[in-house]
Amino acid sequence: MADREMRAVYAQTLVDLGALDPRICVVEADLARATGTGPFAKAYPERFVNVGVAEANLVGVASGLSATGKKPFAATFACFASRRAYDQFFLSANYAGLNVTLVGTDPGVTAAFNGGTHMPLEDLALMRAVPGLAIVEPSDPVSLEAAVRIAAASDGCTYLRLQRKSAPELYPAGEHFELGKAKLLRQGKDLLIVALGALMVSEAKKAAELLAADGLEATVLDLFSLAPIDRAAIVKYASASGRVVSCENHRVTGGLGSAIAEILAEEGVRAKLRRVGVGADQFGEVGTQDWLADHFKLSAPHIAAAAKSLF
Amino acid sequence: MTRSVPTAAAGQAELKELASRAKAIRIGCLESIAALGIGHIGGSMSVVEALAALYFRHLRLDPADAKAPDRDMFVLSKGHAGPALYAALVEKGYLKRELLSTLNKGGTHLPSHADRKLTPGVDMSTGSLGQGFSAAAGIALGLRMEGPRPDGSLRRCYAIIGDGESDEGQVWEAAAFSAHYKLDNFIAFTDCNKFQIDGSTDSVMGLRDLAGKWEAFGWKAIKVDGHDLAALDGAILEARAVQGKPVMIVLDTVKAKGIPAFEGKAESHNAAFVAADLEACLKAMEAEEATRG
Repeated sequence: MADREMRAVYAQTLVDLGALDPRICVVEADLARATGTGPFAKAYPERFVNVGVAEANLVGVASGLSATGKKPFAATFACFASRRAYDQFFLSANYAGLNVTLVGTDPGVTAAFNGGTHMPLEDLALMRAVPGLAIVEPSDPVSLEAAVRIAAASDGCTYLRLQRKSAPELYPAGEHFELGKAKLLRQGKDLLIVALGALMVSEAKKAAELLAADGLEATVLDLFSLAPIDRAAIVKYASASGRVVSCENHRVTGGLGSAIAEILAEEGVRAKLRRVGVGADQFGEVGTQDWLADHFKLSAPHIAAAAKSLF
Repeated sequence: MTRSVPTAAAGQAELKELASRAKAIRIGCLESIAALGIGHIGGSMSVVEALAALYFRHLRLDPADAKAPDRDMFVLSKGHAGPALYAALVEKGYLKRELLSTLNKGGTHLPSHADRKLTPGVDMSTGSLGQGFSAAAGIALGLRMEGPRPDGSLRRCYAIIGDGESDEGQVWEAAAFSAHYKLDNFIAFTDCNKFQIDGSTDSVMGLRDLAGKWEAFGWKAIKVDGHDLAALDGAILEARAVQGKPVMIVLDTVKAKGIPAFEGKAESHNAAFVAADLEACLKAMEAEEATRG
């Protein structure tokens, strides 16, 4: 299916929602050009806010807007959304019981040429520690549109991890998504691969092809939401094969792999787990996305190798 | 549904009423802290008169409907002065007086720092300094998006920050933002009680010309004695008339105002305060009133 630019889908969905719901606002911190929310600014200038290079105030202003009944979508690079504005998002938005969607763009190695300083490899771990926060990382343009609509319909806070660049459509238009429900992309008896986000779902699918060529049949889940997490699907398919590979564009500490390890242990599932992600002792680096994905062993051949090591 | 607030300066009768409300807030706050034995007495006492002027003159509210959609909103960004706010909310009729003795006790609706989920009449959860002020700027913008009330009056956001809180960078991010967006429905106060936890503001982190800083950021700044109710009322009236920019009212206050043993001392920030201390305060208030006649 066709590739579509993810940020264009994000912006267009907000424009569509904005026409129906006057409470929808967009708040930017001097990255509107990167996030691509110009169309929203043009359609609803009075509901478009730019706070300048001030991420703490980005989240503070969004929280205040929510306190007056608005539904703000605040965006910045995921490194700043998480590391820099964490206390603001934790307290002013989540603890305060307000309704803020915080969009972290350019997650993990998709930060590419911005390099290690801008490479968020811990945002999921930080966000998982916030009580009640929905954490969504869509895998394609269709699931992204669904994620934005779900966030807009929610009364609570959402962290939307957004890869801005083009991604292939994995789902037919109008496919139904919900929080806590993974999508089964492929079913196989030998192992379970759980992937999160556009980059890793794409690599996981390719890895499943590589494994199939070697006679190993993998089940592949597109997790969609890390919190709430689809516990039932993970338990079901992990129990069936006893072998699990988690795939995250994130450090292996505290994110998807950790969440799966918790579930397997708590549910007493007898399964071995390999966590594909950036190493626990590694910071991000600069390079092309492809180079970084290979360097940090996130790409399909590395996923396949991790899978084989379970046998 | 809220009712309109005065547009003329308070006369003698209104000032007497305000003084009586301020006294009740001060005593209610101290009673709640004495019931626990420890609390943020210093920074609570320094904002009492500002709270009295807001809740009994200038905030357009409906105590029968804490979430009245046409209300003004108020953010106590220096959230540790929660006990003073709770006493004001009791006095205004939002909360039952009996609640005051539950301050900071497990399961209470009155936590040390203001909490919008727990306490009717509290519009924002605060405590991590700087954040409430930033949220207040967002509230002012959100209220402006709603447009004026049917009677043409602006829906306003009021906020109080501390002088120690003004060390926080987020305060100045929000300062630039509010001026850039010309939030003239945003009226804020800095409670300059001259002390923060580790000592005087001059010794810990000097703020220099605070009013000048606000002016430089594009705000209208007004300096006023924060315990003089007539001056406070006049400053808020002046602020309400300002167009095209937000207003910062810099309050010259005394930390722990009204508690002789603690007035103007850094140690009053979070201090032991028991029934005997409360008795001493009440006696001092009586003596002061007798002196004034």
